[in-house]
Amino acid sequence: MLFAGPAAKENLVVRGARVVDPVGGVDAVLDVRVDDGVIAALGTELDTNSHRVLEGEGLVLAPAFVDPHVHLRTPGREDEETIASGTAAAAAGGYCAILAMPNTEPVVDSAATLGALIETARAEAESPVGFLAAITKEQRGTELTEMAELAEAGAAGFSDDGMPVASPGLMRRALQYGAVAGRRIALHCEETTLSREGQMHEGAVSAELGFTGYPSVAESLMVERDLALAAYERQPLHLLHLSAWESVQALRRARADGVSATAEVTPHHLCLTDEAVRSLDPNVKMNPPLRAASDRTALVEALKDGTITAIATDHAPHARHEKEVPFEAAPFGVTGLETAFAALYTQLVEPGIVPLGTLLERMSAGPAQAYGLDEPRIAVGKPANLVLLDLKASYRIAEESFRSRSVNSWLLDQTVKGAVRTTIAAGRVVFSA
Amino acid sequence: MAEIRVMREDLRPPAPPPKRHFISIKDVTREDVERLLATARTFERSLEREVKKLPTLKGRLVINVFYESSTRTSSSFELAAKRLSADTMSIKSSGSSVDKGESLKDTAITLGAYDPDVIVIRHPQIGAPQLVARVTEAHVVNAGDGKHQHPTQALLDLYTMREAFGRLEGLHVAIVGDVLHSRVARSLIQALGLTGAQVTLVAPPALLPRGIEAMGCETTIDIGAIAAADVVYVLRMQRERMQEAANYVPSLREYAARWGVTPERVRPGQKVMHPGPMNRGVEIDPRVADHADALIETQVRAGLVTRMAVLYDLLTSGPVGVKTESVLEVA
Repeated sequence: MLFAGPAAKENLVVRGARVVDPVGGVDAVLDVRVDDGVIAALGTELDTNSHRVLEGEGLVLAPAFVDPHVHLRTPGREDEETIASGTAAAAAGGYCAILAMPNTEPVVDSAATLGALIETARAEAESPVGFLAAITKEQRGTELTEMAELAEAGAAGFSDDGMPVASPGLMRRALQYGAVAGRRIALHCEETTLSREGQMHEGAVSAELGFTGYPSVAESLMVERDLALAAYERQPLHLLHLSAWESVQALRRARADGVSATAEVTPHHLCLTDEAVRSLDPNVKMNPPLRAASDRTALVEALKDGTITAIATDHAPHARHEKEVPFEAAPFGVTGLETAFAALYTQLVEPGIVPLGTLLERMSAGPAQAYGLDEPRIAVGKPANLVLLDLKASYRIAEESFRSRSVNSWLLDQTVKGAVRTTIAAGRVVFSA
Repeated sequence: MAEIRVMREDLRPPAPPPKRHFISIKDVTREDVERLLATARTFERSLEREVKKLPTLKGRLVINVFYESSTRTSSSFELAAKRLSADTMSIKSSGSSVDKGESLKDTAITLGAYDPDVIVIRHPQIGAPQLVARVTEAHVVNAGDGKHQHPTQALLDLYTMREAFGRLEGLHVAIVGDVLHSRVARSLIQALGLTGAQVTLVAPPALLPRGIEAMGCETTIDIGAIAAADVVYVLRMQRERMQEAANYVPSLREYAARWGVTPERVRPGQKVMHPGPMNRGVEIDPRVADHADALIETQVRAGLVTRMAVLYDLLTSGPVGVKTESVLEVA
């Protein structure tokens, strides 16, 4: 389900790093040897066997990250992102796998479109990438795509991300047929008759600024509907980019009732609130919108207690000129692949709100499990999917540093802590700073 | 949960010395308002002279850019600049390069190349004046941005109230009507808050923005609440917003019956204001609009002198609001 450009597997030793593998319960200073792209040994003072040596002293070596939600804008808006630039950005962000959403021009709703993307990825992807296909043709919410054929052609899952499956009847059919395809269905939960023309979270800030509100209930109502359908059909589902306290509550209840539901949250929803919109900066405009402080607290708590198991960037590149307009005229979405770890480390781990292990798990094993991908692990016999992190590095996020073709980051010119030094994906070094 | 630190504190690159703008009431202090009102009063007296033109801003250039239709605001800004001897230029979106798809940024840069001292802008989108302020060197005056702010309207309303009552502190103002879509209401709530007046918003439920009480006002759906106010401030029912089956209210007819300001609903001596243009028979009964207690024409005259005061203030001394970027806070 993951595709990357051709490259030889490597022989490496990462020496003397603090190895943190939350799933395996490992947190110790160790050497890690990789033979032909596979982790061959963990130990102290390992023989380097004339392998290439990466000095890890003072650094953290963790399972590389998995981003289950990015927009690569290909086909259709290659001026904003390409498979090459997006996967290079992913590698720089510490990711060994990303999943691209199908809301492109044209929509990825046929095996032919998907096949062309996979072919491009095999030629030019700098790091492994998978593709979701649409649930409905052209994401119009009226007709199911040929999910079984799409799964066979390599689709990693199904989503109409960017818009909801408005009809409950069709949503039910999608869950039913999803079982045939054997891939996860991922849902953008939005009741558009409630969010219509909404620019930001509905609350005191929108009331004061005059923006049309996009209320929390527009999300949570759809979350409740989809969880009810999943319960009724006994089918799993994945909830995209949750933003509201009410949604978290609904998910928690459903999971306690045995519904097989996973969910993701973005770095921006974990770090910012609707107060940020007072800047009128189009780089804090996204869908779902930044919500109130209480929503943010609920998201952080859900991330900690495992109600939400995945962090997803919802990396959404936009052309510069499309964001250099008044807030209301700007498109929704911000980039995130290259800043996610630093933002979350700075905001949540350094102040002691979330343990490092939890963050690493929710950026790697959690999202992998949501889509049934192999979990990146630091264990003998596993493919080398590793990230070397410098937790002490403090730096300013500069526009020129991005590998993404777009620079619509909410972190521009922000000083953060925590840098990715090296990324190893599927047994080869895909990024080194 | 531990305290969450604020991000984006240093979001922007180091700012150049702040240019002074008049973009939002949120950016100004009570002292700014007092000074502007006092300046306006001086100008009012100067307009009583036979020759009304003052040489104060001779040689200065004021560009008015209007992306939305306007009678009162655009004419009063133009006349205000002319009364102060500034050169003026007016650009309307129709018939300009905006028709050809030019972006606001490019239009602003183009106009900025003429080195204007002030750009007055009205735009249907929130934040347009801030964008102009970022890309030009001019002082920017917000003549209305979307549903956000209309700060000179608030200033002229304060002026009108003060002239009528001799004070603002402790005054009770009921703002009636479509608060949801009203930049006038937002600026006025903040301005009245600054000067120690009390505000009650009266509107149908769907036209009261959720959370607006945080601006420091009370809300009610009961039109009877206007009886307690010193001033009944009637907002325009924005017909263009009432289309497309939005169902904010079932009909204008129903609105007029339930929330229209009629002679039966106002007390003798109670002052009535309206920012214009009025929908007679909808939000305001013609008998109320034309009554001696209505201050609507006074508001128009106040518009001229307060806008003169804003131009004068920006181009001479006092610090009118300086912020183009708000400071971000995360609780």
